[in-house]
Amino acid sequence: MNSPHVQNPGSGVSGIMLRVLAALLPALAAYVYFFGPAILVSLALASVTALAAEAAMLRLRGYPLRYFLLDGSALLTGWLLALSIPPLAPWWLIVVGTLFAIVIAKHLYGGLGNNLFNPAMVGFAVLMISFPAHMTHWLTPLPLAHDGLSLVQQLSFIFGENLPIGVKLDAVTMATPLDVIKTQLSLGGTVGEIRDHTPVFSTLSGLGTQTIAAFYLAGGLFLLHQRIITWHIPASFLGVFVLTAALFQGIDANHYAPPLFHLFSGGALLGAFFIATDYVTAPTTPRGKLIFGGCIGLLVYLIRVFGGYPDGVAFAVLIMNAAVPLIDAYTQPKVFGHKD
Amino acid sequence: MRTLFTFHGGIHPPQHKEESSRLPIAFAPLPQRLIVPLRQNIGASSTAIVQPGEQVLKGQMIAAADGLISVAVHAPTSGRVVALENHAVPHVSGMPGLCAIIEADGEERWFARQPIDYRNIAPHLLHQRLRDAGVVGLGGAAFPTHVKLDPGQQQKIQTLVINGAECEPWITSDDVLMRERASEVVEGIKIMAFMMQPEEVLIGIEDNKPEAIAAMRQACQGTNYEVVAVPTLYPTGGEKQLIKVLTGKEVPSGSRPLSIGVSCSNTGTAYTVHRAVNCGEPVISRVVTVTGNVRQPQNFEVLIGTPIGELIALAGGAKDDTRRYIVGGPMMGFDLPALDAPLVKSVNCVIAVSDALFPPAPPAMPCIRCGRCAQSCPADLQPFELYWFSQSRNFDKARAYQLFDCIECGCCSYVCPSNIPLVSYYRFAKSEIAAIDRDKKAAELAKERFEFREARLAREKQQKAALLAQKQAQQKAAAAADPDAAAKKAAIQAALERAQARQAATTPPPEHP
Repeated sequence: MNSPHVQNPGSGVSGIMLRVLAALLPALAAYVYFFGPAILVSLALASVTALAAEAAMLRLRGYPLRYFLLDGSALLTGWLLALSIPPLAPWWLIVVGTLFAIVIAKHLYGGLGNNLFNPAMVGFAVLMISFPAHMTHWLTPLPLAHDGLSLVQQLSFIFGENLPIGVKLDAVTMATPLDVIKTQLSLGGTVGEIRDHTPVFSTLSGLGTQTIAAFYLAGGLFLLHQRIITWHIPASFLGVFVLTAALFQGIDANHYAPPLFHLFSGGALLGAFFIATDYVTAPTTPRGKLIFGGCIGLLVYLIRVFGGYPDGVAFAVLIMNAAVPLIDAYTQPKVFGHKD
Repeated sequence: MRTLFTFHGGIHPPQHKEESSRLPIAFAPLPQRLIVPLRQNIGASSTAIVQPGEQVLKGQMIAAADGLISVAVHAPTSGRVVALENHAVPHVSGMPGLCAIIEADGEERWFARQPIDYRNIAPHLLHQRLRDAGVVGLGGAAFPTHVKLDPGQQQKIQTLVINGAECEPWITSDDVLMRERASEVVEGIKIMAFMMQPEEVLIGIEDNKPEAIAAMRQACQGTNYEVVAVPTLYPTGGEKQLIKVLTGKEVPSGSRPLSIGVSCSNTGTAYTVHRAVNCGEPVISRVVTVTGNVRQPQNFEVLIGTPIGELIALAGGAKDDTRRYIVGGPMMGFDLPALDAPLVKSVNCVIAVSDALFPPAPPAMPCIRCGRCAQSCPADLQPFELYWFSQSRNFDKARAYQLFDCIECGCCSYVCPSNIPLVSYYRFAKSEIAAIDRDKKAAELAKERFEFREARLAREKQQKAALLAQKQAQQKAAAAADPDAAAKKAAIQAALERAQARQAATTPPPEHP
């Protein structure tokens, strides 16, 4: 036996993953409250697909199944993807995305600990590029829906693409606030007009979505408190992101939405605390994390405002994932007893 | 209040100190047979100066220092040397070592002890006394103390650090020594301070040892030594870490503390310095903690050479579910190879291990780059990177990421959520790199030899050719000078032509098919 002979009685990899899943629960509750139970269906689909794909890949690669399957990493990938895409979509959408994430982005790159790109974001990018139409039908918040779909009706749509007679998809879904802002600005509106005349907007950003975002923030603070993540990536991501938004708003408040709107819209808070902080695909040095987070924050804003997509978290994260080995190599901290 | 500094990282493993520190130090009885290893220090092994069959007295030198970084070894009791042979010893390598086996006569007759007055003696004689009394660092490394206390000519020593941190869990031998024998420890510190003439003397003790701190403060009254309570954080007791905490200075990589004007010694060492100088007694015993899965954990003063199995029995014996024994602490200690392996100077603790007290690590998972190892590393290394490089035998990268600054404290392995035995990978890489360096050196030497031989052969060939050319030139010159020679040459030529003509005449013409 080699030293050390003692081991931190922590709960290991699965303990970390389970706590991250737990940190998502409050936001999930808010999601169900504002948008109905469809998200639970897509989470279940993602979980089953992720675990099945993980099990198949582990078996193919000759790994002990039970031990690795329970590490929770595949489940987390599935959940993050499910939370990133519209919940009211044909069942195969989340299944295809999850399969791509687990099989290609994770296992073909070497499995847990070896993948260069964030698996959930690879899955998202594949869906975004391959099925753009399905990726824009976000549920209308229940308080705004005249007649919201029941669970059975949602299930019927997810598994059979059937809607109740007389109900059109457009009636139960709507564009996200980010989408609305982007489209309307390009049509010549100003930020103030758009916000005043579109019912989906609320105090900070979208009705419902802003609450969910706030709970992502709370979950992120929990992860910080648990020392599962360090402050570097969320702080630099959100810091640069908000500062850039403030800068543009300062230049032209009519054409650039305020920083808080951006902060509580789309995937900014989910991305900053839960996605960009993925250990495997993020830098490990403190300075590296700051650079990584800062660049993502900048890219997210640029993609949102000047790019072709309404949100930019997935692409910003994937671009910066590719730079991680380089960032790590150039930001090695000073070793004890060595001069700077 | 003194301003303290911090080092990066560190961990808070469960302490388990109370188990063994409740009872006072007990004296272990004289064993019948003592096994005294001749190598108990870092550096050169001592040279035996007794023969099997010889009678020895307690404290008599049985092996002398060999070279500068070496110290003497002594008979722990009076008796007869029955053998000089290889025997299991507690060493991290698990390899046996040459030992003097001494059968005790039970009379404990002392060799003539000669205390010296350190203030009135030539410095080199004081160094010699420490060497010949076998004084080494008792914190675990067993580095010869007289070398540590030799600042050299040009060095000015600013700080003498006395290390009473004892940061490893379970170990309490320094703690109880300071509680019970603080004044003698301070006497030893006085001798060290006299030898080094430092500007300040700082005694660093972790704040989980309030009784030791109080006793040492009491004993330091009337001196300008400062007892500093340092925060409990493993590995504060690491030499470079404690120096950083107390002085804010970082010992440069690959250097000794003396290079920045600091000298650091253990409290237990200070105690033996006092015994060696003021009492004339060499290091033939030490205080050792016997704890873990034994019935009565306690500290014992034990003769060097006592079989460790006898110590376990003194502590009430090991409980039935004991699986193995650790020598040293749980963070950096190693497995005891055999129960009859003897206590040596560097052993401060023996821990009986059961699965209940030390649950075996679960199987290792892949590294997920969570970075906890880097957050806990007191050497500011990136342990997971070193792990990747070691695992893939990418030794050049491992070296470039300063593998050799790793002190093997075990913090990284302790915090790893994937339960990867990181330190084992570093030990593997270090030994592989050392082997590669050795091979490289050997290859360079062989190449040098080969090239020298080639050059020599070429030179010899050239010399021969020159000699031959000279000879031929001489012959030519001689031939040209001799008129007979030309006639002789013409006669030979004529004879050759005649012979060819004859042969042509006798040879039948070729057949045509």
